[in-house]
Amino acid sequence: MTSLLSRPSSWVPMLVLALLATVPFVAQATGQQFYVAFFARIIIYAIAACALNIALGYGGLVSFGHSLFLGLGAYAVGLASFHEIGSGWVHLALCLAVCALVALVTGAISLRTSGIAFIMITLAFAQMGYFLFVSLKNYGGDDGMSIALTSRFGPVDLSSANHVYVTGFIVLVLSIWWLARLRVAPFGMVIRGAKQNARRVNAAGIPVVRYQLLAYVMSGMLCGVAGLLLANLNAFASPSTMAWSVSGELIVIVVIGGLGTVFGPLMGAIVFLGLEEILKGFTDHWMVIFGPLIVIVALLGKSGIIGLLQRFDARSKPVAATAEAAEPAAAAAVKGAA
Amino acid sequence: MASVLRTESLVKRYGALLVTDAVSLDIAEGELHAIIGPNGAGKTTLINQLSGELASDSGRVWFDGADVSVLPIHQRARRGLLRSYQITSIFDDFSVLENASFAALGARRNAFKFWAPMLSDRQARHAAEGALEATGLRQHHATAAGDLGYGERRQLELAMSLAAGPKFLLLDEPMAGMSVQESTAVIALLQRLKRQYTILLVEHDMDAVFALADRITVLVYGKVLFTGTPDEIRNHPEVRAVYLGEEEAAA
Repeated sequence: MTSLLSRPSSWVPMLVLALLATVPFVAQATGQQFYVAFFARIIIYAIAACALNIALGYGGLVSFGHSLFLGLGAYAVGLASFHEIGSGWVHLALCLAVCALVALVTGAISLRTSGIAFIMITLAFAQMGYFLFVSLKNYGGDDGMSIALTSRFGPVDLSSANHVYVTGFIVLVLSIWWLARLRVAPFGMVIRGAKQNARRVNAAGIPVVRYQLLAYVMSGMLCGVAGLLLANLNAFASPSTMAWSVSGELIVIVVIGGLGTVFGPLMGAIVFLGLEEILKGFTDHWMVIFGPLIVIVALLGKSGIIGLLQRFDARSKPVAATAEAAEPAAAAAVKGAA
Repeated sequence: MASVLRTESLVKRYGALLVTDAVSLDIAEGELHAIIGPNGAGKTTLINQLSGELASDSGRVWFDGADVSVLPIHQRARRGLLRSYQITSIFDDFSVLENASFAALGARRNAFKFWAPMLSDRQARHAAEGALEATGLRQHHATAAGDLGYGERRQLELAMSLAAGPKFLLLDEPMAGMSVQESTAVIALLQRLKRQYTILLVEHDMDAVFALADRITVLVYGKVLFTGTPDEIRNHPEVRAVYLGEEEAAA
């Protein structure tokens, strides 16, 4: 394990995960239940950012519409609850099915374009979802809807913040684990390859658009799960979850964490939501400080926080030989240090 | 010998410009067939059409006994019709071994695998390592492709086509921009690969072409001027005037 200790880009996020595991106990001991809800929100955003990282970080698909899936996940709980269905399994099945279908249709259309057009068209789809739910007066319209029947999975009832926290934590750890495997698995290599050189992926015998579409669908489904958890945490589903600004926040989280890195979404969510909370304590005009801070982090390196940590990684490792090592920023850092 | 790649009146137009003008080729199994021609003769366009990267306006392509005229590039690659690029086209963020394994895997099976690492695919990795060995890149296997020197990048380009386990190689100027030493190494490699694979070689280096080719097709303004053995090409008056003469005049 000495090799792990020599790599802060791996052990720092793992330490963060370990600390997150202790939050409910610390909150219990200190009587500060507020922190469970606060960190649950961070975890949920980290899951959503992991989801976006598949499309954006691995696949290079700049989706400016992922709030759509977050919102659909939330409304899967909201609408089911409205119709007096409290089974978490039904909520989850509804959430996954709707997100998969919507991602399949919107993805298939969006992937006919690329670059700026792709950004705009994904934004447009999210806005369509937003205005659709604003116009559904039966389901609360603009005001959103409170959720009476939160998701129950057998003994796990997500009406409790602690249960949301633990469920979210498990989902997050599994997501990060999977992202680490996916990154170097054939599917991950194909979409990462497509980000660098889509033409060559085709020439290698792989029809690239099918893989990009599936990446978009998987990304949308995982983001939906984050939305499901968010709705349970707030006991509320609102069209504002689908606002374009939420899509923007998710992109910022992925970018400042480290685009295409395994732990980037987690670190980005902690820093983004943590800073927001701290700055809000100082001033109402926290955006004035927050904006420049994001710019600085973005300027510091293209691999964000993880990229920064990689500069402190031991430089003995051969670049790109193994699972974690293929980051160009790491290569640059190694060269810079040499 | 059995014909493995055959085209019939292949045409490509860009607006009014006829880039490929009714090109008919017939390449036998095991042959190394070179295509030469002045700049702008439409050599790369022809490769794009043969590989399936570019749809032809008319004409047909048969490969390995089947009509592949309307198949997209990835399906032709699956059938063993592999190309390399004149402008190096590799994955800069991946290691050399990952690049070669990617090519090896892509030509063999789909990549809908979400858990086990790509490099744990034994067959693909074996093919990749063989291709790196053949191109002399073995010692660089862990280097990021973006960190390679120019000549090594060209060799990786070639290694990726080899790793795919091709039946037929479309090589678009594999020696473009290489040093004399590097070119010599590639010529030696192609000499070794010659009977093993059927190869269509587009190349500007005339020494290489005449040393390697079984037959040569001269392409001028998208049209086949003449096809023949290297000796026939050397002694063909029209070819000398149009192409070889130009070279001598330039030199």
